[in-house]
Amino acid sequence: MTRAPLFLLYLNVLVVATCGLIYELLAGTLASYVLGDSVTQFSLVIGVYLSALGVGAWLSRFVTRHLVRAFVEVELAVALLGGTSAPLLFFAFGRLSWFPVVLFGVVFAIGVLVGLELPLLMRILKEHLDFSDLVSRVLAFDYIGALLASLMFPLFLIPRLGLVRTSLVFGILNALVGLWGTWLLKPLMDGRLTGLRLRGIAVIALLAAGVAAADRLTELAEEQLFPHPVVFTRTTSYQRIVVTESAGKFQLFLNGNLQFNSADEYRYHEALVHPALLSAGTPRRVLVLGGGDGLAVREILKHSAVEAVTLVDIDPEMTGLAEKYPPLRKLNGAALQDRRVSIVHADAMIWLEHCPELFDAAIVDFPDPNTYSLGKLYTTRFYRLLKARLTPEAAVSIQCTSPLVARSSFWCIVRTLESAGFVVDPYQATVPSFGVWGYCLARTTAGARPAEVPAELQTHLRFLNNRTYQGLFDIPEDASAVPVEINRLDNQTLVRYYEAEWKHWN
Amino acid sequence: MELTRRELLATFLGAPAALAAGCSPPVQSLPLEGAIVGASAAIGHRLRDGVRPTPAADRWQNVGVVIVGGGIAGLATAWRLRRAGFQDFVVLELEPRAGGTSRGDSLGGIPCPWGAHYVPAPLKENGALVALLDEMGVLEGRDGEGEPVVAEQFLCRDPQERLFFAGEWHEGLYPHEGESEADRRDWTAFQAEISKWVAWRDAHGRRAFTIPVASCSDDADVTALDRISMADWLAGKNLTSSRLRWLADYSCRDDFGLTVEQTSAWAGLFYFASRVRTPWAEPQSLITWPEGNGRIVDHLSEPLGGVLRSGWAVSELVPKAGDEPGVDVVAVSHDGSDALGFHTRQAVFCAPHYLASHLIRGFGEVRGNAAREFQYGSWMVANLLLRDRPRESGFPLAWDNVLYESPSLGYVSATHQQGIDRGPAVFTYYYPVCDDDPRAGRARLAGLSWNECAEIVLSDLSRAHPDIRGLVTRLDVMHWGHAMIRPRPGFVWSAARLGETQPFGPIRFANTDLSGVALFEEAFYHGVRAAEDILRERGIAFDTLL
Ligand SMILES: Cc1cc2nc3c(=O)[nH]c(=O)nc-3n(C[C@H](O)[C@H](O)[C@H](O)COP(=O)(O)OP(=O)(O)OC[C@H]3O[C@@H](n4cnc5c(N)ncnc54)[C@H](O)[C@@H]3O)c2cc1C
Repeated sequence: MTRAPLFLLYLNVLVVATCGLIYELLAGTLASYVLGDSVTQFSLVIGVYLSALGVGAWLSRFVTRHLVRAFVEVELAVALLGGTSAPLLFFAFGRLSWFPVVLFGVVFAIGVLVGLELPLLMRILKEHLDFSDLVSRVLAFDYIGALLASLMFPLFLIPRLGLVRTSLVFGILNALVGLWGTWLLKPLMDGRLTGLRLRGIAVIALLAAGVAAADRLTELAEEQLFPHPVVFTRTTSYQRIVVTESAGKFQLFLNGNLQFNSADEYRYHEALVHPALLSAGTPRRVLVLGGGDGLAVREILKHSAVEAVTLVDIDPEMTGLAEKYPPLRKLNGAALQDRRVSIVHADAMIWLEHCPELFDAAIVDFPDPNTYSLGKLYTTRFYRLLKARLTPEAAVSIQCTSPLVARSSFWCIVRTLESAGFVVDPYQATVPSFGVWGYCLARTTAGARPAEVPAELQTHLRFLNNRTYQGLFDIPEDASAVPVEINRLDNQTLVRYYEAEWKHWN
Repeated sequence: MELTRRELLATFLGAPAALAAGCSPPVQSLPLEGAIVGASAAIGHRLRDGVRPTPAADRWQNVGVVIVGGGIAGLATAWRLRRAGFQDFVVLELEPRAGGTSRGDSLGGIPCPWGAHYVPAPLKENGALVALLDEMGVLEGRDGEGEPVVAEQFLCRDPQERLFFAGEWHEGLYPHEGESEADRRDWTAFQAEISKWVAWRDAHGRRAFTIPVASCSDDADVTALDRISMADWLAGKNLTSSRLRWLADYSCRDDFGLTVEQTSAWAGLFYFASRVRTPWAEPQSLITWPEGNGRIVDHLSEPLGGVLRSGWAVSELVPKAGDEPGVDVVAVSHDGSDALGFHTRQAVFCAPHYLASHLIRGFGEVRGNAAREFQYGSWMVANLLLRDRPRESGFPLAWDNVLYESPSLGYVSATHQQGIDRGPAVFTYYYPVCDDDPRAGRARLAGLSWNECAEIVLSDLSRAHPDIRGLVTRLDVMHWGHAMIRPRPGFVWSAARLGETQPFGPIRFANTDLSGVALFEEAFYHGVRAAEDILRERGIAFDTLL
């Protein structure tokens, strides 16, 4: 053979070696992402992979004829398996309880195939080259490839491409090496090459389609995590909105956390809204913080005294969905289009700092305090800002996570409200999709709560009647008060309680 | 001499960064805009080179007190005088804006600091600072023990700090992750040592370490600590944990711009013990604003109006002997084209102390040797405007974000205290230049172009935020040449430092330098002290705040 193709062959070695290590790093990273404990996962993946390389090298001795063809076949197989490994494993994680078996199976299979590559290539070339020279060069390029992979992976590939794309792109590289081999090594091949080439092209086309659809693939992988089929997804600047549907009922998730299920959300929202509105006398101006789905507003508008509702939600896409997405719009009775309602898109805390208006009632319906940016919306500072925007007779209700699962979190919110100067009545309701759910009724001045739900209002309600309304305020023994610290901006105790309690429960 | 990128990163960030640099995108991807801002070196150099303009005869005026320098010390002097009803003074400030190293700014509409960015909640004994914070509406009242209670929104919002360590962000500053039994033992032993010093009282009942430094005990047991370095002190206590040493080193660099080897053990322990009320208690919480201590600067400057003459550099102070003692003070306009003169009875010199020999006639001959003991480290500070939050892994963004393996101190997030958790942000990046020879460090820093500074900052931060280059839209750099007085061993309790607090004829001194450590509270204390001395001398009645 001439000089030029030789150089190209070493380039092949380089690419093959880089790809091989990339697949290993991908599997290790993916395993630590989804299974946690990166030390264990990485060392297991490396161990399995290295031993598989050995197995591959050993198996190579059984290939005795059509070496070049075998090499190209192996390349295409690595390309297909390695290239699809990341999306494949993501899928498998959502679906299978025996995911580790699949993971290590895939790692092993890739390892065996990669282990076959170099021994085959060296045997192909040994007839044409000085053996010691060949070994030294092939191994040198192999190690350079490994170095390249290990540098590119953390510095460029993961930050720029992400796991799924990286996997697909390197699959394509592998397939290109195989396909190109059918030309480069043509003098050493016998038989017809068209079928092989067509398969090479098909593999590349498949992987390239994968790259184009990588975002969708990531989404699909994510959908495995939801119990029902996903009918709508959107990633906004603030959160990921997912709607799932089954048997005519639909569920809304924000960042993977269920916000409501249309089957029983009326229980949640009736319990959230009416105790505050009834306690506020005849509320005319009502403030809603969070609650961009419009369901709390629907309940508020059932009170005929209400003249104006201000809804403050950070995410325009969330309120947009509530206004325009037909099933949700139907569910909230087009509440957000009501002329009494005005919508503000802002961070509630920053908005409160600058708000000049006063309100007779407020409904605070934020997602659970699982991050520091949500945790700040449950602090004494936040409640003091809110209190400064209330009329003397006003009442507020706040969604307070589950008093059963997150008992300290629940009481932390109660005590924080008290420490901000509110008179607080904690209460709870059962919402099947959530379990037992907690709320606070907070007022600026003490006094008896109204004892009844007015008959006219009751005709619009499905959950609350006089008895259930009174019963809300009976806190069962297993959710009764526990000693807690106050949640302040400078300690964010609540986020810590919440994280510990839900982790424990899950 | 232009450094190659690799050399540049190797000298400023160390070998690992230089190696990694080979693989990250090079200089082309620098942000579009930026500049080296502020700290008007030109006029300062001209003064040092002996340029002494004389004001025209009609450009002289009489004034009761001249305050030289509008940093915290100068502004505090003015604040204290006004509080006592005395208004016959001017403040002359070289820069177009007052504040010195406590100055704030705003970038893309986001307020941010250029230097000092926090004040620990004062103990009740620090009356002057408590009075200031009361006036600013920062305090809500007093607790059962009479200690001031800071309103929640001014206390640093949680999470306060995080550390980038082993490829991930972790909560807090001390890397507990993966510590050994020995590390834990050393950590506890260290806390016990600190607590011992917190509890310690001398024969007069004074604490070993408290703020201001002037109230610290001068007992020999305490001052002996000033003769060794913090590193020697750790070694002497057999505290060998590398994590503890890192924390001590970080703390020394953070507060003093010196490494643990270069810092006096007295200063090192001062950092840990002066802000703790009782043994084993948590250090006092931090008060902070989005623009850092710039908020205090604004509060102190606003009522001054035209009395604060910014853009006027004092070029000479000439003490007058005789029956009518006083000082003639000459100031030059920012561009050097105009000069003003002031006949005054008393002056307060609030500029950095090393300038006294250059600017006060006759001072160098008498006190030059002592003044030369005042050595200063330099700092680079960069403000980065980001169009969005960078990608990262581990514990979420905190106020102070520290990089374990970097000679920089990491960055403070300016939007944190405002509660803005998404979208555009400003990061203030701090880099102390810790060369043994302060002049060499200063020269090294002064030699950097904007491009080189930006490259250092971005290379350093991209270790924790791989995509930061693509997000930064503006990067401004401040070179603080004489940023901080250096409390190296022997300085804080030297005769030179103690002696320099004394007036020079009618000229008093007030600057954080006189404490041997660069702290907002010290600058403030000296300003108030100098003002009260003046009030006393003038026979004006007042209740002392000290
Ligand atoms: C990067 C950095 C970060 C810091 N962080 C903190 C912190 O977080 N917390 C903290 O407590 N402390 C911090 N410090 C220290 C703190 O900023 C200082 O201790 C304090 O602000 C010093 O005030 P000062 O008035 O004594 O001196 P300076 O701030 O130096 O003020 C001196 C003033 O004199 C002016 N001047 C100089 N020459 C002349 C002249 N010829 N004529 C007229 N005016 C002149 C200067 O322009 C300046 O405004 C930090 C310092 C730096 C450099």
